[in-house]
Amino acid sequence: MFCTRVIARKLYVNVSRLKVRHKPFCTDAATRVSGSNCGQPSPEHKETHDLSNNIQHYDIAIVGGGMVGMALACSLASMPLTKHLNVAIIDSNPALGSRPYFNKEDPPDPRVSTVTPATISFFKDVGAWQYVEQHRHAYFDKMQVWDYTGLGYTRYNAQDINKEVLGCVVENKVLHGSLLSCIENTDFQKTIYPSKLSSMTLPPSPSSLGMDSTSSRPPLSSQRHLAKLELSDGNSLYTKLVVGADGGKSCVRELAGFKTTGWNYSQNAIICTVEHTVENGCAWQRFLPAGPIALLPMGDNFSNIVWTMNPKESTNRKLMNEDEFVKDVNNALDYGYGPHPTSSLFGSGEMFSWPRAGVTLSANDCFEVPPKVVKLASERMVFPLSLRHASDYVSKHVVLIGDAAHTVHPLAGQGVNMGFGDAFALSRVIAEGIAVGSDIGEVTVLKKYEAERKPANIMMMGILDGFQKAYSVDFGPLNILRAAALHGAHFISPLKRSIISYASGEQKLPLFT
Amino acid sequence: MASKLVRHSHLRALSSSISINNHIHSPHFSNPNRAPLSFSYRLFSNASSSSSSTGGFQRSSSLKDLELAKFASIAETWWDSEGPFKPLHVMNPTRLAFIRSTLCRHFRKDPNSARPFEGLKIVDVGCGGGILSEPLARMGATVTGVDAVEKNIKIARIHADLDPVASTIEYCCTTAEKLVEEDRKFDAVIALELPKGTHEWSSFLTPEELVLILQRANITVREMAGFVYNPLTGRWSLSDDISVNFIAFGTKNCQ
Repeated sequence: MFCTRVIARKLYVNVSRLKVRHKPFCTDAATRVSGSNCGQPSPEHKETHDLSNNIQHYDIAIVGGGMVGMALACSLASMPLTKHLNVAIIDSNPALGSRPYFNKEDPPDPRVSTVTPATISFFKDVGAWQYVEQHRHAYFDKMQVWDYTGLGYTRYNAQDINKEVLGCVVENKVLHGSLLSCIENTDFQKTIYPSKLSSMTLPPSPSSLGMDSTSSRPPLSSQRHLAKLELSDGNSLYTKLVVGADGGKSCVRELAGFKTTGWNYSQNAIICTVEHTVENGCAWQRFLPAGPIALLPMGDNFSNIVWTMNPKESTNRKLMNEDEFVKDVNNALDYGYGPHPTSSLFGSGEMFSWPRAGVTLSANDCFEVPPKVVKLASERMVFPLSLRHASDYVSKHVVLIGDAAHTVHPLAGQGVNMGFGDAFALSRVIAEGIAVGSDIGEVTVLKKYEAERKPANIMMMGILDGFQKAYSVDFGPLNILRAAALHGAHFISPLKRSIISYASGEQKLPLFT
Repeated sequence: MASKLVRHSHLRALSSSISINNHIHSPHFSNPNRAPLSFSYRLFSNASSSSSSTGGFQRSSSLKDLELAKFASIAETWWDSEGPFKPLHVMNPTRLAFIRSTLCRHFRKDPNSARPFEGLKIVDVGCGGGILSEPLARMGATVTGVDAVEKNIKIARIHADLDPVASTIEYCCTTAEKLVEEDRKFDAVIALELPKGTHEWSSFLTPEELVLILQRANITVREMAGFVYNPLTGRWSLSDDISVNFIAFGTKNCQ
């Protein structure tokens, strides 16, 4: 029987997070899935939790074992300087402990991500991409972006930047499972705690230690430079570094007191899998009055839909019958709301004459209609969209990565790529710190990660937010300007190349000159 | 016979790698009173008197009492990486990168190891609060930290005891000279000391002078690198330019 521990003074997150787990699942699962560290104290011994010899010590505790958290773990496991670290992963998702990680017979899951070439390259570096390729995934080399006004469109081609692909669409569970499989193939010491974080105690600053050598020091002074985490199943652990990889509603972020700025978009996104009669080889995005609809190839004649709209419409669309929904989707991608764009603006193409004279459109550059959707292939999921950014990513012993640090609008498919970028940057910074004997919880080490990631993330968020705002206004002159910008981007090769290059993750900062 | 052989191998093991750092010019501290780099401790030639011996650090004791007192009063803020010692903390990784690279090469250790100094005995002369000793311990070395200021040793001890790895460091309140008298043996000696502010140019050693001084102590300088500070990024890096700040690595000639 559990004794529910009442923890005084600590900051709490939403009460809904404090699920007291019944012990058989927790302790059994903990001993089953743990790496080489199987010494979990059973709940009956909780009254002795303050004795250091009953509490496990770790170098790093990753709170949140999702795609980004596991990318960090996988990256640490792959580098000689960090592969000896002792790591705890705290996540109540049972998928972390169950094998196999994949089931090939499963229908395509609507939760997918579009990974950029930069992310693919990170995955290859750590040895995880080979697992992705063994499961459903879809490279694409073409992208078409247009809007409902019919005033402009733009097509991107990987060949424009001498590349083979613009990106790859992969189900999140495939990405996640690949990272897990990759770690399993190393002897990386990781211990999975299938639980939730309930409180975090950070050590006091050195100046408060007191230089008086006559003060009687409690015998556990060696824990005073460590962070202590208490979990909802009653377990506790000490660690040098806490990584908050626990998503948009990050518990770590809140417990550590990081401030955030941001706003909710008055938009929801519906996601689902759909099926065609032919294979879809292109990523499509059309901006409609209420928000963009994206159609992303998944492989095997399947595509993923991400459709942003106002909350009322999202409720309606989730509930309407499947045939109606499919009709709606085809409408949105085709003639709904407005005409197809033609290849030239205002028919004659004279109004905006671009510096590059003599540009002719190749077959690849002509506007195309996306392939028809014939069937809905999954449930429809709805989630609200928001922009959120933590004012700091880093404080002593704590660092945020992924959605915990920043959430963005899905309109450019950047979110998880930013998160992967964070994970791989952090692991590199940790390795560099270890190379010079640093204490990895030290803020000077961690600040290097922040200095690298924050500017790029903020700039990307600004651009995406700007896009979101620009496209949420339906106003004549603005529509024309917007279309002209799209149209212009289509023809001005250096600009287009720059955009593709950044979107593919090659450029570090989204500077388009 | 056996004891003589042991002594001989000790001498060879003491292939004293000495890293010496001089000339820390911190351009962003315009107020000399707040200059954190006002360490009083100097092993080599004294600022004012040229009569102080230059026969290497085994001979001269060069502590000025006034400087010591001033130093001790600010020792408490040593470990605050955002405090007045921030430049030192910022520079520390760069110094450690140089030390790691040279010692790994010299002792043929695996540079990809997380603890390349395993098995090496290192003494940190003028260790202060232990800013260099602790990373060296984390890199696997058996470290002895030495400082003439009692308070520094206390600070160092307290801070080191927070980390099980660092708590293995042996701190002694003593001077390098006494260590020599006690015939302590080390694989490497690290003596990084910093001069007072920028108003005593004459006390700065040039690389050439340093080479000569070390030669007299039977130490040959093998490598030198410059320290360059970029005010835009706030970072130190190693470079070939040794005109302002430098770090040197030398080995003791075999007897």
